[in-house]
Amino acid sequence: MSGTADPRLFAARRPPRRRISLSWSDPVLRSLVWQVVIIGIVVAVAWYLISNANRNLAARHIATGFGFLQNTSGVPIGESLVTYTPGASTYGWALVVGILNTLKVAVVGVVLATILGTLIGVARLSQNWLLSRICAVYIEVMRDIPLLLQLLFWYGLLQVLPVPRRAFHPVPGVFLSNRGILFPLLDWKSAHSWALLAFAIGLVLTTLWSRHARRRQEATGQRPPVWPVALALLVGLPVVVWAALGAPFHLDLPVLRGFNFHGGGSMTPEYGALTFGLVIYTAAYIAEIVRSGILAVPHGQWEAAGALGLHRGQLLRLIVLPQAMRVIIPPMTSEYLNLTKNSSLAVAIGYQDIVSIAGTEINQTGQAIEGIAIIMAVYLTISLSISLFMNWYNARIALVER
Amino acid sequence: MSQSQSQGSIDPRRIADVEPVPAIAGEVATPVYHRAQPRVGGLGPLGWARANLFNSWVSTAVTLVLVYAIARIAIAFIDWALVNAVWTVPQTATGPNTARCRDLMGVGACWAVIGEKYRFILFGRFPYEEQWRPAISILLFVGLYVVSAMRRFWRRELILIWILALAVIGLLMFGGVFGMTYVPTDEWGGLPITLILSTFGLALAFPLAVLVALGRRARSLPAIRLLCVVYIELIRGVPLISLLFMASVMFPLFMPEGLNPDKLLRAQVAIILFAGAYLAEVIRGGLQALPKGQYEAADALGLSYWQKTGLIILPQALRLVIPPLVNTFIGFFKDTSLVLIIGIFDLLNAAKVAVAEPAWQGFQNEVFLVAAAIYFTFCYAMASYSRGLERQFSRSARR
Repeated sequence: MSGTADPRLFAARRPPRRRISLSWSDPVLRSLVWQVVIIGIVVAVAWYLISNANRNLAARHIATGFGFLQNTSGVPIGESLVTYTPGASTYGWALVVGILNTLKVAVVGVVLATILGTLIGVARLSQNWLLSRICAVYIEVMRDIPLLLQLLFWYGLLQVLPVPRRAFHPVPGVFLSNRGILFPLLDWKSAHSWALLAFAIGLVLTTLWSRHARRRQEATGQRPPVWPVALALLVGLPVVVWAALGAPFHLDLPVLRGFNFHGGGSMTPEYGALTFGLVIYTAAYIAEIVRSGILAVPHGQWEAAGALGLHRGQLLRLIVLPQAMRVIIPPMTSEYLNLTKNSSLAVAIGYQDIVSIAGTEINQTGQAIEGIAIIMAVYLTISLSISLFMNWYNARIALVER
Repeated sequence: MSQSQSQGSIDPRRIADVEPVPAIAGEVATPVYHRAQPRVGGLGPLGWARANLFNSWVSTAVTLVLVYAIARIAIAFIDWALVNAVWTVPQTATGPNTARCRDLMGVGACWAVIGEKYRFILFGRFPYEEQWRPAISILLFVGLYVVSAMRRFWRRELILIWILALAVIGLLMFGGVFGMTYVPTDEWGGLPITLILSTFGLALAFPLAVLVALGRRARSLPAIRLLCVVYIELIRGVPLISLLFMASVMFPLFMPEGLNPDKLLRAQVAIILFAGAYLAEVIRGGLQALPKGQYEAADALGLSYWQKTGLIILPQALRLVIPPLVNTFIGFFKDTSLVLIIGIFDLLNAAKVAVAEPAWQGFQNEVFLVAAAIYFTFCYAMASYSRGLERQFSRSARR
């Protein structure tokens, strides 16, 4: 079609408009008939199922629709990022709590699994035979045992921990008991917020400075110092701000009072087991992705970088990782999606994520169809957002070819 | 590896032996053989260790730390699992007396729970006298896998073998004929359930997946294509649990009154729908990897769509995706454990329930380790098979 000839000369040669002939040997007609038949079957089956459902719901006196979300919920929820009181809050609000709990596991899990998985993937490529073998065994064992079994195992281990009065006390301020894991928390003052703001400003300035440094290097061949400036901006600035505001530093330590702990930060055994299990399971998959990504960079690239006189850090940062990332990102995206979907196993160990709370609501209200539709909508939204973000990132780092 | 490769190519050191480095700016040329690096370590196990375990300070430190950690963990594990373990407990009139196990809890493993409960873990609540039937079913399943794994059986007759074996397994599990008592599905349990859900799931999801993959590639049928895309993306976007929930609480609502398929069948349907979407994507990868010339050549021969697909496209495309298919199978084999959440007695649930009774409460680590070992055996066998196959295929592709 895209020949060398001037298309204007050939305007008259467009194929004639096809007319559908009423013959079975006409592929257009055939495909039309097939589509009508199959869509017809699907619609008929769907209509049959829906009419069944309507009849059954009417027979059981279950109202349809999402009106129940406004009703007061009796779902007891153990841990929540927002205020929730059973008996006062609505079913809809309980679902929001569940979504936040799911996100809490997914976000923390994705970050930790990426770090751990990258470390293991790099260690798997180590020249040290023992280290590489151990990582291989770890990856194999993790991948060949169902995640649910692993979660039940970790949860079981956390449950046989002693009662709070005789909690494990490995380092000062940290307690492990069957009520969860307690750790010291920084007593947050306004000075800390200002220091955080200073850090953010430092981050922006560092980015600007490194961009300026690169431009200078490209223009003159001389690179202004970057690391000392970055260090001063990222560490020095917040510390100066913090010190100027009186340098408040007070740790809120968990203290045993009566039968339970007070103060400090805490992590429930459910959340701890779920996050830990998800992280070490997903890390095995991420490690394999990272390893194959690094191996996919041709050996000549390493040698060429070495020949240019780059030291190992530069070699990894400037040559190997940018190329490995292109191979790594697409499978990594699906691993993140898997982790998010796997967080729904929470229901088996009693962590109240969206599936668990929606399940309880289904039991309480009988609104099975709406409840499951909500679960699916939530996961589809999360999945879609993650893949959109990762696709955007992938497009950004993709090889730009002419 | 490097030895065999360097034989074909030119060894740079050998050239260096004869040619001196050219003199730079008046310096005296240095013959390169002076600069040849000595082999690190030397030969033998000592040399190997020096090259692979102690080739730098960092490496040496890592090795020592790891050896220490492994030794500590291994000794602790052997102490727990073998030295201090309790292998049997005395039986009393009211049941087993687990006092000795309780005293040693956390110090020594209580393997007595396995000896006591292994029949329950493997076969669930299947009538005790009849448990030879699920046992034979397990053997049949394993035999089926082994036969399917051998390439000399990769032909059409394999489908017949599958149908036959699955029919026999169904007969054995249900019973009701040949003097075997009828056992309803809610009394089934343990490993057979895991194998049934995964094997039947894959056997039935596979044809569905092929159709959906073809539908997604059908450019001339936009409506069907859209249908397939929606199905695949919808299923892949939600967790399996939500589908199992759907099967357990929503499915009955959609059935006509009076018809209530049992729980196992509903879970099976959910797993088939789930597996179908994932397998379809794997198969689509194979369809896309096939060169366009194959499609065009088949068209040029005047084959109809189904002839083209059945005779030219699928045999090649499926062959391409066998390794990723096996990996997907491993995933589903593990994922069948999720039926625990809707209360079906698969291997994992049987293991969990085995330690629910008061006498054995708290000995879950032991049963979970055994269940993990069973899962691991199956998955590891599949994984190493898939790796071997991948090696064979890539070898033939390189040739």
